[in-house]
Amino acid sequence: MTAAVFWQLVLGFGAISLVSVGGGIAVLPEMHRLVVEVHGWMSDADFAQRFALAQAAPGPNVLVVGLFGWHVGGVAGMLTAVVAMTLPTSLLAFGFSRLRARLAGRFWLRVTERGLVPIAVGLIGASGLILAQGTATGWVPAVLTACSTLFVWRTDCSPLWVLGAGAMVGLAFL
Amino acid sequence: MSDDAPPRPVPTLLDLFLTYGRIGLIGFGGINAWARRVLVEEKRWLTDQDYAETLGLGQVLPGPNALNAAIMVGDRFHGTAGAIAAPAAMFGGPLVLLAGLAMFYDAYGEVPVVKAVLAGVAAAAAGMVLGTAAKMTQKIRPPPALLGVGLCALVAAGVFRVPLPYVVLGLAPFGILGAWRALSAK
Repeated sequence: MTAAVFWQLVLGFGAISLVSVGGGIAVLPEMHRLVVEVHGWMSDADFAQRFALAQAAPGPNVLVVGLFGWHVGGVAGMLTAVVAMTLPTSLLAFGFSRLRARLAGRFWLRVTERGLVPIAVGLIGASGLILAQGTATGWVPAVLTACSTLFVWRTDCSPLWVLGAGAMVGLAFL
Repeated sequence: MSDDAPPRPVPTLLDLFLTYGRIGLIGFGGINAWARRVLVEEKRWLTDQDYAETLGLGQVLPGPNALNAAIMVGDRFHGTAGAIAAPAAMFGGPLVLLAGLAMFYDAYGEVPVVKAVLAGVAAAAAGMVLGTAAKMTQKIRPPPALLGVGLCALVAAGVFRVPLPYVVLGLAPFGILGAWRALSAK
């Protein structure tokens, strides 16, 4: 990885991270612009495949930037991209966390916190819907998703059971 | 609010690190649903309301919301050390795994068996995420105005695919107004 590419990763992902309100995946179109259109580091198909790989693996969705970095500069590129994408906003979140502790109990802060709750829960639901639309390629995965929804909603058993069942069903039918 | 359960345990720094490491490695389909499962149901360090409030703030701030939430949870229990330990553990495990996967793909390309297993896991993980949203709604029991805001967020982002910054910043004033009316009425 050359110094030029290093700075392109740092500045490119650093700038994107600062506008990523709503989460890392909200800025996927901007990432596509940086990686495919501006720098021509990879093709459209490569981009889509890396994204699918990161989605299939466990962990924060934003780690897809690690795969883009990997493609450009191996392990060093991976670490550079991940740090550039996470460090600026992490410092901001930490500063906010301190402010929040100092202001704890103020009426307007409690109102704000409570008012954001339905958005947080609604967006978890939305990401579930989007994932389900992507995985429901036939009736088998659709039924699997429906059973898993009911299992996690109606029982307190570990959701790892449904992941295990999903792996078996995938092996047998998909 | 709804929980008058026994006092909640406070994790040690090592607990925090190991627990977030586990959340990262089992986090299929995204971290948030798994973080809630482990922090609220298994460890009982936070209530559903606590977790949802932290995540909501994490969504309004720029940056990955699961990361913002991990920093706030870490800071809450162990200050600066916690704010570093929790996200480092959450990212570290999956990053090593992803590097392995990337090397594997570079060497062998797609393997049909692996692809089939991952497709099954992904379908199950989608249900896990949907089930978590339903469960959180049931536990938090929001007043009708806030339930409406939540449904708007669900439909706007999940069905119409409205970009997330518009959803978050557009609905936040309505959520805050709804919460203000609910809290003032008490």
